Amino acid sequence: MKSKVGLDFAEVKRARIAAKEIAIQVQHFVDGYSTVAVERTLCRLLGIDGVDSNGVPMPNAVVEYLERNGRLDNGVIYHLGNAVKETGLTPQELAEKIVCGELDIETLPVWSKEEILEALKPHVDAAINRIKERRQRREEFLKTIGEGTKPYLYVIVATGNIYEDVIQAQAAARQGADIIAVIRTTGQSLLDYVPYGATTEGFGGTFATQENFRIMRAALDEVGQEVGRYIRLCNYCSGLCMPEIAVMGAFEGLDVMLNDALYGILFRDINMQRTLVDQYFSRVINGFAGVIINTGEDNYLTTADAFEEAHTVLASDLINEQLAAMAGLPAEQMGLGHAFEMDPELENGFLYELAQAQMTREIFPNATLKYMPPTKFMTGNIFRGHIQDALFNQIAIWTGQGIQLLGMMTEAIHTPFMSDRALSIENAKYIFNNMRSIGDEVEFKEGGLVQTRVKTVVANTNELLQKIQKVGLFSALEQGMFADVKRPKNGGKGLAGVFPKGREYMNPFIEIMKGDKK
Amino acid sequence: MSGGLYSMEDKDFDKTLDPQNVKPYGDTGNDGKIQLSFTLPVPAGAEAVEAAKLLIKKMGLENPQVVYHKELTPGFTFFNCYGACTHTVDYTQIHVPKVESTTMDMPQTDNYIKENLGRKIVVVGASTGTDAHTVGIDAIMNMKGYAGHYGIERYEMFEAYNLGSQVLNEDFIAKAVELKADALLVSQTVTQKDVHIQNMTELVEMLEAEGLRDKVILCCGGPRITHELAKELGYDAGFGMGTYADDVASFVAQELVRRNENK
Repeated sequence: MKSKVGLDFAEVKRARIAAKEIAIQVQHFVDGYSTVAVERTLCRLLGIDGVDSNGVPMPNAVVEYLERNGRLDNGVIYHLGNAVKETGLTPQELAEKIVCGELDIETLPVWSKEEILEALKPHVDAAINRIKERRQRREEFLKTIGEGTKPYLYVIVATGNIYEDVIQAQAAARQGADIIAVIRTTGQSLLDYVPYGATTEGFGGTFATQENFRIMRAALDEVGQEVGRYIRLCNYCSGLCMPEIAVMGAFEGLDVMLNDALYGILFRDINMQRTLVDQYFSRVINGFAGVIINTGEDNYLTTADAFEEAHTVLASDLINEQLAAMAGLPAEQMGLGHAFEMDPELENGFLYELAQAQMTREIFPNATLKYMPPTKFMTGNIFRGHIQDALFNQIAIWTGQGIQLLGMMTEAIHTPFMSDRALSIENAKYIFNNMRSIGDEVEFKEGGLVQTRVKTVVANTNELLQKIQKVGLFSALEQGMFADVKRPKNGGKGLAGVFPKGREYMNPFIEIMKGDKK
Repeated sequence: MSGGLYSMEDKDFDKTLDPQNVKPYGDTGNDGKIQLSFTLPVPAGAEAVEAAKLLIKKMGLENPQVVYHKELTPGFTFFNCYGACTHTVDYTQIHVPKVESTTMDMPQTDNYIKENLGRKIVVVGASTGTDAHTVGIDAIMNMKGYAGHYGIERYEMFEAYNLGSQVLNEDFIAKAVELKADALLVSQTVTQKDVHIQNMTELVEMLEAEGLRDKVILCCGGPRITHELAKELGYDAGFGMGTYADDVASFVAQELVRRNENK
């Protein structure tokens, strides 16, 4: 393919090699550790659900029990598997007995790892088949009903009440939305458990719970039939419960997940060791479930300058691509993020944005790129804001982006009104239709502003990646190389939940999920 | 359809500006023209348009015009409308509390502090409570600042600590004590269901309980914050939309000097 923006593919390759080295270093660390969130995820995969008499989710109760007894290092698979083998009970039955103190698994005789895995096999298979069936259902829906054309129109709902969200989401689908993201309530990313059941109270968003997922999935399937398009559901596989949310989403047929450790480290001050370990398993699950992950590079530009720091976005996209590949995610499921965030006062800002969007498209030709709208320079002047969003939409159709997060003219004022969303969808549909083939028709001047911009960004990206490769990703984050934010390796939230894997540690799901994509 | 460019309607009202009776301006003095848009939970149709007009009249607008309407989803209709406001306000009687300081730029503020205080001012800032947004506190504190206004970290005479987001009030206070803060900056972006009011009130109450309230200059900021609201909640100053690090730094410097002189 000939590059429209004069990309030097040898330079891109060099960047990719550095990114791969960085990712390998991270993966080397990740392989030696597990976390409380990973263990709770394994509980959920084994069918453990519900809450105890104090309202504590059962997976938390089981993991806390093992922790209290100093046995967490070998993991839940080993301990629960041994108990299943010994008692013949299901993991859920065991969990209930453990939680109410009827069973002390420390007293049970010890079986071999092979016997344990053999005993757990029906439960492991059940989880795998449940997720597979979900994936097949989506594929069937897409085949028989169809979907919208790319860029997919992505809008958010954020009422706090799942039933109100349903009304907003169905309205948005009728207006043309392809993806509905249910924003989570403020602060959920820092909860070290996933709340249970349907919820109607949240601030700035709605709790992500398995029941809420189920309710919204059913609503979108219903409206999807009506409008003749499969409507994708998006939530947030981030924060302290990353892999747990992944498995709940995999069980309930979610299609898109925000899933980015770097985002959590930088913007939620989550401990980097914790969240990189969590991320790996969550991405394995998302990969297997056919879920498109979204990364959060766009957010770097809300704190750092979008023009000066463009290369940090590309560098991070390249690292995220490699980390995702190691978790078995195919390129089509990589919603690598970037954004339209330059100061609107910048002369030729549109051209620089165009250059970067086209560059990103060409560097990741098969990824389902996620393009973020202007937020930082949305001022409350809704009339100008609507135009900023229009310029953003023009670049998206011009450069063939995958997922278009629609900008709202009331950004920075309130969570969207029904009418804000409708006007925003109208804006995008108008521009996408009216400019559909502009990317095929227009070429860029050789050595012009656009091509020069791309050259600069790629060169800076390479320089940054070489630096990170030298010190490693952990140190790079400590030094504030992304988003002007510095985070210590042993600081932040959730570090206490990280532990080195013990000698008997097992996680059979990783191999099965990475090996079985059909 | 529109009553704008080719409007033939009489304009036989008094067009001179009367500061005691101010009303909106479209293209002619005292025409009272207002533009509004809203959604009603009714299906589109003649009845919907009539409902919108009646509502506009109840808002105190004459000659309501529905220039555009569209059903967003079954049972919800969106309207773009115009009307002429019948109400007026007395502009001469308005008194709005404002932050009492003169805004200076960064070098001026630094010089002012050197001359009048002779030491660095310690400022601790955070987005407190469950609020995960750092955009506000970053705009004020980060080196780079926002829209060409350098942040407080760049000031020579400020020692600035940005604690980031989701900082609990007790942690915020503990850090302020540890760093011997002269001023505290609280940023609140999420205002749904007035969650910011509870959180900001709690901070004031906790500071008072620990006898610290008078020892610090307490400022708050955010897109929905006004100085008036800040004063009402017991803060020294509030900084809303369109204010920058310069405004905050100038206020803190001048207020600290003022307090020192009154000691």
